[in-house]
Amino acid sequence: MKYDLPTKTGYFGKFGGKFVPEILIPVLEELEEAYEQAWQDEAFQAEFKSLLKEYVGRPTELTFANRLTEYYGKAKIYLKREDLCHTGAHKINNAVGQVLLARCMNKERIIAETGAGQHGVATATACAKFGIKCIVYMGAEDIERQKLNVDRMQLLGAEVRSVESGSKTLKDATNEAIRDWVTNPEDTFYVIGSVVGPHPYPMMVRNFHRVIGMETRDQIHEAEGRNPDYLLACVGGGSNAIGFYHPFIEDKDIKMIGLEASGHGIDSGKTAATLSRGTHGVLHGSLSFLLHNEEGQVQPAHSISAGLDYPGIGPEHAHLFDIKRVQYYPIDDKQALAAVKLLSEKEGIIPALETAHALAYLDTLMPKTSSDEIVIVNCSGRGDKDMGTISKYI
Amino acid sequence: MSDLKTASRIEVLFDKRKDESRIMSLFLTAGYPDLDSTVDLILGLEANGTDLIELGMPFSDPLADGPTIQFSSTKAIENGITMQRIFEMVRQVRKQSDIPIILMGYLNPILRFGVEKFCEEAKSAGVDGLIIPDLPPEESAILEEHVRGNNLALIYLVAPNTSDERMQLIDAKSQGFVYCVSVTGVTGAREGDEVSRSVRRFIDRVENNITKNPIMIGFGIKSHQDAREIAAQADGFIVGSALINTIRKHYPEEGWKEKVFAFVKGLKYGTD
Repeated sequence: MKYDLPTKTGYFGKFGGKFVPEILIPVLEELEEAYEQAWQDEAFQAEFKSLLKEYVGRPTELTFANRLTEYYGKAKIYLKREDLCHTGAHKINNAVGQVLLARCMNKERIIAETGAGQHGVATATACAKFGIKCIVYMGAEDIERQKLNVDRMQLLGAEVRSVESGSKTLKDATNEAIRDWVTNPEDTFYVIGSVVGPHPYPMMVRNFHRVIGMETRDQIHEAEGRNPDYLLACVGGGSNAIGFYHPFIEDKDIKMIGLEASGHGIDSGKTAATLSRGTHGVLHGSLSFLLHNEEGQVQPAHSISAGLDYPGIGPEHAHLFDIKRVQYYPIDDKQALAAVKLLSEKEGIIPALETAHALAYLDTLMPKTSSDEIVIVNCSGRGDKDMGTISKYI
Repeated sequence: MSDLKTASRIEVLFDKRKDESRIMSLFLTAGYPDLDSTVDLILGLEANGTDLIELGMPFSDPLADGPTIQFSSTKAIENGITMQRIFEMVRQVRKQSDIPIILMGYLNPILRFGVEKFCEEAKSAGVDGLIIPDLPPEESAILEEHVRGNNLALIYLVAPNTSDERMQLIDAKSQGFVYCVSVTGVTGAREGDEVSRSVRRFIDRVENNITKNPIMIGFGIKSHQDAREIAAQADGFIVGSALINTIRKHYPEEGWKEKVFAFVKGLKYGTD
């Protein structure tokens, strides 16, 4: 199976595109051109790789989870340790990539949106490293839930702007960042935090995260001499999952599973399970799946994990779902919390609540596996930032 | 009212325009400030000099709009506005008026309603055209067939950072008129009264490149003075947020509609 998407116009099958106000069309064209040029440029690649190594701390390890494997008594479980990245999650791969690109384009001002605060922290970090002004839009409710990350961003020199409109979470922070962008298209670079938004963002962000899957391939071949059988990752917008899956998409024997946050349950009305409960729609510049009512009004998502609390999903995931290359399942808040506890106790790793959604699926998957199989979970982030939330439940 | 072909209401309007006069287009959010007032407001606006109505279809995530239209949209959704109610409002207006009506709103509610059904219902209700701010010409295939099939005008926008070449492309694709966004930014009133030199340069470029369609200018116009200056070289001007702000200021006090109509009259004839 040959897989070469998106198309030139930014489509993954039926999904993607550039549904943006006219003001942003020239801005996206400029970005597309700059990105294509930089991505082909050896000097850019060398600098990006060197930053990933010396600053982000790549390659991240692939850890054999021996006690977790023993606990389930079936396939071998490995963890791709994105939690060991500088700033504590995979988000920094993309932030470094985009800020480096912004510098190539001589943009003086960086804006970003953030949900859990991880992307905001990653962007603020990269901006501090490059000495570029950084403004982060964050929903008022998320500011409340993720106080520690707000303090981190401010310490890193970023300005955090509280967003009071709508549901006061990630989707509203994204709206506000886009409004800033259409007001300041000349000097501002918008660092989007996931594989969402108009073309070329879903492609560009994916490519900055592909390093996750490429390292995983080398590491599992070194450890086991072969490809894995299963890849598990959590999906909100879907950046860690795409980066992890993409280098393996053409290996059709590998089963890929994406875990969405179903919040209180997929039929509770308080959910973020976009593929399980959404339908086709356009939000933030691309056509994908969306949680919206019959009038097309976007519904507030709910998840215990702020990073998965988004009513949309990257268009490439919508396509991979459509063609059934990746299976997507919902995981609720309770299952995620139980997985936090299990990984902490069995492996001495406190995972982020987002990551815990991927780990929680092991309860379902493992009994169906056999001992000669290999499962890799993308451990996308560490849970320190969630201790406020987790503490309430333990 | 009369049986004329709906898409031509807009053409008739611009054809009839006298050299010294300017077309005034006003934007209202359907269902704001309440569901019952929209039809009366449209008719009253027409009676006070409005030539064209842009009726906003509220969306939960209006990313090209400033705080004013975000507010009116949220309020209208809370009031229970639906696409069917919007069509019903247009039908009510059509019983009494031939004023051109353009529905303006984001793509998602249209997709959700169903593009084909939306275009058919819009046409049968008496809608003349559509403005969809998050649908650039590149993506128009998603609804072009049904828009054309129902003889609706699809109006595109140009902005100060739109190149000459692209303006020509947009002029070729656009029907009815071309909507010129005078400043880069979201909708809404802006500080400062004078029309800056950069806006004038933009309007010069618009004049040179938009030759097929009439030119309407919007974003940030809040007074007769603004309108006269900014629309000097155009066919007309569009006011949205300033009208919504006026409604917001007076609703629901006694006589609020009359105060809104007085503002509208002032916009057109300079009695403000």
